[in-house]
Amino acid sequence: MSTNQRGFVQQVWDFFCSLKLTLFLLITLAITSIIGTVIPQYPNIDERYWATISAGRKALYEKLGFFDMYHSWWFLALLALFCVNLIACSIKRLPHVFKFVSEPATTISETQQKIFPSKELKLEGSLDASRDKLAAFLGARFATPTITQVGNQYHLFAQKNAWCRLGVYVVHFSILVIMAGTIIGNIGGYKGFVAIVEGETINMVKARSGKDVPLGFEVKCDQFTVSFYDAPGGGGPSQMPKEFKSILTLTENGKEIPGYKHVRVVVNEPLTYKGITFYQSSYGQANDPSLFFFTVRNRESGKSEQIVLRPGSQTRLPDGRSASIVDLTDNPGEGLAAVLGVSDKGAEPKFFKVYKNNPGLDDLRGDRLIFTFTGTDARMYTGLQVNKDPGVWVVWAGCLMMCLGLCIAFFMSHKRVWIVVQHGYARIYGNASKNQPAFLTEFERLAEELQKQTI
Amino acid sequence: MLSAKLFNATTIFYMASTLVFFGYLAGRNKHVGTAASALAWIGFVVQTAAIGLRWKESYDIGLGHAPMSNLYESVVFFAWSIVLIFGIIDIKYKYRIIGAFVMPFALMGMAWAQLYLPTDINPLMPALQSNWLLYHVITCFLGYAAFAVACGVSIMYLIKAKSEEKGNEAAGGLMSQFPPTRALDDLNYKAIMVGFPLLTLGIITGAAWANYAWGTYWSWDPKETWSLIVWFVYAAFLHARFTKGWVGKRAAWLSIIGFAATIFCYLGVNLLLSGLHSYGNMS
Repeated sequence: MSTNQRGFVQQVWDFFCSLKLTLFLLITLAITSIIGTVIPQYPNIDERYWATISAGRKALYEKLGFFDMYHSWWFLALLALFCVNLIACSIKRLPHVFKFVSEPATTISETQQKIFPSKELKLEGSLDASRDKLAAFLGARFATPTITQVGNQYHLFAQKNAWCRLGVYVVHFSILVIMAGTIIGNIGGYKGFVAIVEGETINMVKARSGKDVPLGFEVKCDQFTVSFYDAPGGGGPSQMPKEFKSILTLTENGKEIPGYKHVRVVVNEPLTYKGITFYQSSYGQANDPSLFFFTVRNRESGKSEQIVLRPGSQTRLPDGRSASIVDLTDNPGEGLAAVLGVSDKGAEPKFFKVYKNNPGLDDLRGDRLIFTFTGTDARMYTGLQVNKDPGVWVVWAGCLMMCLGLCIAFFMSHKRVWIVVQHGYARIYGNASKNQPAFLTEFERLAEELQKQTI
Repeated sequence: MLSAKLFNATTIFYMASTLVFFGYLAGRNKHVGTAASALAWIGFVVQTAAIGLRWKESYDIGLGHAPMSNLYESVVFFAWSIVLIFGIIDIKYKYRIIGAFVMPFALMGMAWAQLYLPTDINPLMPALQSNWLLYHVITCFLGYAAFAVACGVSIMYLIKAKSEEKGNEAAGGLMSQFPPTRALDDLNYKAIMVGFPLLTLGIITGAAWANYAWGTYWSWDPKETWSLIVWFVYAAFLHARFTKGWVGKRAAWLSIIGFAATIFCYLGVNLLLSGLHSYGNMS
């Protein structure tokens, strides 16, 4: 390689290692990320949004990838460059730090002697005897020292938590681990959705890419129920769901899987089998009801009877009149209600509403028959988000690593103590990589104790 | 409800504390400073009791959840966290005067919550019914509070540095009450050093929760993205400081920008943008 070429390679390398690049990337990522929080993102763009921007602007945004910002080539390139920068920085600095940790300078230099805090003490014994006593003292009170002879001096060196200088690299590495986890998840996994009607079984889900993905086992929805909070101030349930719950049974080739019969899935409690996880995400009514169930109570005799109404046909009531179902309404704040028409022979029918959520209300109508709407034969479906993400554990491992790394990097300190011994007197020096005031207190206490000893 | 009365009392204590702190700033009487801190602490104890009581009250009415689920409750908890972090610094570093620049944040939070936000205890929608709510909210807001303290300290730094430039220091005016600029700069860094891991933990607990509830630990929702933006800003702060020696004014400005981003992440996203964290609805 010519000097020029080497110079160029060096320049490229320096560029990737540089802290200026790190700062530029952090700030650029922060600023560009804002775009996607202001401009709506696929697939959640409301149709009405398109009317609010001009065609030219739409084309420009489309070209710049602003509608799917976080997957646009340039944003991914920034993230990739961020990773390269991290790796390059680590390659450049890690050996240095590693050497510093594994092969510490066991003697203290003249410059360090001038800048590090220190305390002097007089020695009474011989040089060798003092050295051994001081070494024993350091060993007992701080850490076992290494002893080096320099001319007519001995340098005693002891350190604690040297490895905590690696904490920052643990944090840096954790970012790469998290990124790796997301890539593994993207390549080896999928996200999908499936709706299962009560009583039915599926063995495929629709992935977000639009493809049908076979699960390799079957999922049956045994039952779906939704419960509601009580309305404020009483009077039956409100419209706010408290819990929606699916009871699922998994089978493989038609055979029941032990432990997966009638399992409950609710929001915040997903179900996982063979790396595929089912999350309760939505629900709905699967078909129009063909049967409506009521209880009819005779006000005078108190006798109750079950009746079934079918849309489009008349049903005889216990008192001889006939009833038909006219409509089913579901109004916010009122809940599900059936509109009934009850008619005496030959007369015009009388119409009234029977609320499902408010069984006592029909009593107030004053009729000799009191209706309670108990339900319909309509079936529910459960909407399940289906995920396979083999990278998720890598992501959590990375997150754990990041927390540990941050704690080490911020709250632990590499503490070093030297004692320079020569005939007649010695001097103790100290240094910490972080939190100087706290270390100074510790160091002064150590020096004070040392001065109390007779050495 | 008793908790509502206690929250009102809290607001009054924080207001008194802030005013007495301003008096301390002007009068430089040590006893006034002690009184200001004492008022903040009494307010904090009352608020702690109020939060505990509101928690119990939510069980009494059959909804049973930690009082951290709507905007009112989160603002109140934010104020509580700010006073907690200030209290720790007061005890540990004895720079009482920073209360004059930190307590106003707590007071503003409480006053806004008490005057303008609906205080009802609402039922939780299914996705919010999780212990992760507690872990997520506590870590996030303690982090936000540490950033609030860092911001207050940075404002003090800028004021003090400016007066030193003008040479007012010798006169022994208002400024002599402030800690030395070096101490303010160090405190700014220390607060961020506490806030950053907490924010990180807040983002991670949020991701873990999202994964349990929806099966996606990261979906680039505006709230998530803004929390990442805040994380980037403070990561830039730490790198600039460690390796480029950014101290003093530049560090102070970066800390103020970081807190502005934090506030936008907390309130701006809810009030101006749409997304998963819909607790921000004012109605």
